[in-house]
Amino acid sequence: MTQIVKMKGMNKYFGKLHVLKNIDLTVEQGEVVVIIGASGSGKSTLIRCVNGLEEYESGTLEVDSHRLAPKAGNQKTLADIRKEVGMVFQQFNLFPHLTVKNNIMLAPMKVKNASQVVANATAERLLDRVGIGNQADKYPSQLSGGQQQRVAIARALAMEPRLMLFDEPTSALDPEMIGEVLDVMRELAKEGMTMMVVTHEMGFAREVADRVIYIHEGQIVEEGNPADVFDNPQNERTQAFLSRVLAH
Amino acid sequence: MEFQFQFDWQAAINAIPYLAKGIPYTLMISFGGLAIGFVLGILFGLLSINKNWFLRWPAITYIEIFRGTPILVQVLFIFYGLPDLVGRPIDPLTAGIAAIALNSGAYISEVVRGGVQSIDKGQSEAGLSLGLSRSQTFWSITWPQAFRRMIPPLGNQGIVSIKDTSLFSVIGVGELVRQGQVYIANTFTAFEVYFVVALMYLAITLTLSLLLRLLECRGVASI
Repeated sequence: MTQIVKMKGMNKYFGKLHVLKNIDLTVEQGEVVVIIGASGSGKSTLIRCVNGLEEYESGTLEVDSHRLAPKAGNQKTLADIRKEVGMVFQQFNLFPHLTVKNNIMLAPMKVKNASQVVANATAERLLDRVGIGNQADKYPSQLSGGQQQRVAIARALAMEPRLMLFDEPTSALDPEMIGEVLDVMRELAKEGMTMMVVTHEMGFAREVADRVIYIHEGQIVEEGNPADVFDNPQNERTQAFLSRVLAH
Repeated sequence: MEFQFQFDWQAAINAIPYLAKGIPYTLMISFGGLAIGFVLGILFGLLSINKNWFLRWPAITYIEIFRGTPILVQVLFIFYGLPDLVGRPIDPLTAGIAAIALNSGAYISEVVRGGVQSIDKGQSEAGLSLGLSRSQTFWSITWPQAFRRMIPPLGNQGIVSIKDTSLFSVIGVGELVRQGQVYIANTFTAFEVYFVVALMYLAITLTLSLLLRLLECRGVASI
């Protein structure tokens, strides 16, 4: 199996705050890894390190055999990694000045020099795939939150990533729209996409994840298949966290 | 003694052709200066938020100097002072354009800085995560959004600069106020002439306001 992400002894600080402590983590191709933990535990920071949105201070990080050095890293390496890693944000971060279709066409045309015709066809295909083919010419602000997040997923997929990062993709959504976004992610997982997902949706984690990781204060304290982690957590921190989030 | 003032409409109308000769100068100085000021504003505004300290501090110095000193002093310095340094006279029109350019450039730098900094960090993160380079991210994502937010304060600066040109009568450019002063010296109709001069400024600034409102509406419609 190919390892898409390989972290070894990774440490990350925000000033004096030690946010990631000695992280060892590998993600295999086709694997869906769900990262859970309390807010402020470092789970978002962890996946933001993977595409270099955050720098780390020590240890090693390899993404699809590109080695990204600590600190600023190499710009060329960073660019290579970002071409292969898609990311979906909590706040969608769609480009409000571009139509839905142009949001999706921008990166393929700028980064991969795709022609207008090819990028357009890709955008239409992806919008159909996420179930909003009829909204292509609207602006993001004219869409519901769930639709916007599905556009954001399509936008990331347009670069044909080898790995998708999801940073709390449903946390900013109204409850009735969470399902439609999770459905798209479930489909992606089924099609074999490698995914790292930070989420509070425990039902989704249990159903879709190949592996669940629990982070507490910047450390991986529990790791395993969902059934083990959810039904039989070994670490008392995990037990306490799960009893809080699963109780209601 | 009884004194009754009567607005002399005929005098006002008679003054129009002479005063109107000042309009091209007023427009040339304001819009010529603003065009250069816009370029300076983008350049120094972006430099002032650059991560590199060596690029940032000269920009901030420029901004603080030209925002912190009166434009009247600036134009007097350029017209009377600078020739001593360069060894030849500077014509009033050039001095006026230079003063508006440098002065509005400093204010526009701040408009640019504010506009760019107002765009959510998530926007550039989304661009970078898609593989766009820093400059691609800036010019195709951050800048277009920032520019839209800059339109109202830019319009404001445009109007301020147009009115600032009225100070340049002191260096003898034949702009609106200067034309008015010369005309009054011969006719003693100060009330009527300055009234017409004021209306001419208002016509220019209102036209600009209107154009900017149209531009703004178009910008808003597509967000």
